[in-house]
Amino acid sequence: MNARDNVLGRIRAALGRSRPLTETEAAPVRALLRENRRGPLPTMNWEPVSRFRERCLSLSSTVDDVHDLQQVPAVVKRYLTINRLPSACVCSPQFAGLDWAGVGLTVEMRPSTGEDAVGITGTYCAIAETGTLMLLSGASNPMKNSLLPETHIAVVSESRILRCMEDGWDLLRKEHGPLPRQVAFVSGPSRTADIEMTLVIGIHGPYRVHVILVGA
Amino acid sequence: MHVSSQQFKRKAAEALANPQLHKAMSNLRARMVTGRAQSILELDNFETIREAAKQTRDFALAHLDYLLEEFERNATARGAQVHWAETGEEVNQLVLDIARRNQVRKIIKSKSMLGEETGLNHFLEAAGIEVRETDLGEYIIQEADETPSHIIAPAIHRTSEQIADLFHEKHKLPRKTDIGEMTREARMILRPHFLNADMGISGANFLVAQTGSSMIVTNEGNGRMTTTLPRVHVAIAGIEKVLPTLEDVSFILRLLTRSATGQSISNYLTFTTGPKQLGDQDGPEQFHIIIVDAGRTRVLGSDLRAALRCIRCGACMNHCPVYQNIGGHPYGWVYPGPIGAVLTPAYVGLENAVDLPNAATLCNQCGVVCPVKIPLPDLMRTLREKQVERGLRPWSERVGLRLWGWTARHPTVYAWITRIAARLGRWAGGSARLIRHLPGGSGWTGERDLPSPEGRTFRELYTARAKRHS
Repeated sequence: MNARDNVLGRIRAALGRSRPLTETEAAPVRALLRENRRGPLPTMNWEPVSRFRERCLSLSSTVDDVHDLQQVPAVVKRYLTINRLPSACVCSPQFAGLDWAGVGLTVEMRPSTGEDAVGITGTYCAIAETGTLMLLSGASNPMKNSLLPETHIAVVSESRILRCMEDGWDLLRKEHGPLPRQVAFVSGPSRTADIEMTLVIGIHGPYRVHVILVGA
Repeated sequence: MHVSSQQFKRKAAEALANPQLHKAMSNLRARMVTGRAQSILELDNFETIREAAKQTRDFALAHLDYLLEEFERNATARGAQVHWAETGEEVNQLVLDIARRNQVRKIIKSKSMLGEETGLNHFLEAAGIEVRETDLGEYIIQEADETPSHIIAPAIHRTSEQIADLFHEKHKLPRKTDIGEMTREARMILRPHFLNADMGISGANFLVAQTGSSMIVTNEGNGRMTTTLPRVHVAIAGIEKVLPTLEDVSFILRLLTRSATGQSISNYLTFTTGPKQLGDQDGPEQFHIIIVDAGRTRVLGSDLRAALRCIRCGACMNHCPVYQNIGGHPYGWVYPGPIGAVLTPAYVGLENAVDLPNAATLCNQCGVVCPVKIPLPDLMRTLREKQVERGLRPWSERVGLRLWGWTARHPTVYAWITRIAARLGRWAGGSARLIRHLPGGSGWTGERDLPSPEGRTFRELYTARAKRHS
């Protein structure tokens, strides 16, 4: 007998049966695992884009608006200038085609080493309920860029603002099938209250999260 | 972790007399209690969600073997390596074996209460491996060589002044007293460790059977780093952490973060499924998940099963008048407060934690705020009954209860004893009608006076009244 069999055996004994579930007994569990049935949701009778914006601000994120993706470099430049932040950034490869040099930014399409001050990423989709960015790991998404730099700039397409996390899972199942290695739900800059319960924004993750909404 | 729950009374008395502790804990009510109360108002169907969460947790526990096998199958299919451990010692040994196989010299660790149970850090350090706690609170207590006093705010017992002294001593940098600056200093000190660690260890808030994912809830970003930067990631999780689907995790999270810190959502919810995939820009080469029993199956098969629903939010301790005043250390093990008063005896043996189920007034604040409706006062009462059955109470209490039981069965004797006691009490109260010292009852009269009886018992008054009216 190995640890696995011992633990499973003890679980079964504790549940009052000496064997695994029979086919019939397991049927409801299998159905549940297939159905993706949602738990009770709170009432969400708000407009998703304005709700998302409002929740971002309440999480201490900041928000900018652009009409199309081409305007993103200029808005990034303005944000960095106003906040007196360095103009060297690391960025997800998906934005390699934008004219970063044209606005005077040095943008490298690579994962952060931990020394970079600013990371620019896309967003798989966003969650209006909580002002959350849903980020996926993968070939075009270095997770480090939303994590290691002190400033994280996230480009969010307005058309991909969903209501709640459950909507995010549905979209992911439809578009991707299996989960990527990591799905990270990011809600504002990192924070801690571990010293005397005093809230401090910025600890190991970013100090600032700036959301650029690309409108329809 | 070493169990010192048998010193509860002494340590609780010391804690009550410790002004530093009271200063450090003074923000608990304002932040945690008020924060929770406000944030649950965002959910117009809070009680409905709470009932569903209870049922989902119960369903998962009732099908635990099936869900764990399903989890294992799905996690393995994605390239994760699933291990099983029967005891805390086995967890430690498994982690050490993984570390040795991979020539690991340095480990970064994201918070794991299970790791505290097994004493993982000390075990790995004794084997010559450097272990860095990275959650700010855990980092503070690791540097101070202390144990956590709260499950989500481990350093809540320390004042900022004490932490300033500690950082100054350990970091050899000018002493800072501003909490923001101290936090920045911790970031600066820990950042290189994140970047050059060989292995990351995390706990798991939940395991998702449907997808084989392990998920963690954090605010600082250290959890994301621990699960992404080092070349090996080990997640350790108790068997009770499994939930069927992503939807189940999602709706229970609405309760967890609000109950824990009053946040609508924590900063980072991270779902990890397997190691780095072909083409991924980052992620560990190996992902190990250790599924741990360590006493849980014993609880599953007992009348304390409801305690396994626990999602580790800490609301029960935040709202407990006993915890608020003594902090977490007197409880003597990993889990303090009401849930600790149940889990500690359940995991380490009732005989090693006799006082914990009694360290409560059974006011049920904990039961009212628990997001998965664990009937904590009922479970503490169950443990009290077990103590009596197993003869674990002190002899004076046992003899006292026996005498009480005997007199209660003999009404005439009972009436005589209460008559004498009422008159003695009346006499002892004097003209002030207050008893200032009660032999054997100094626990009461040490802090306050006991109003004296009026001199006649209820039965006497009742008989007298009946005579008057007849």
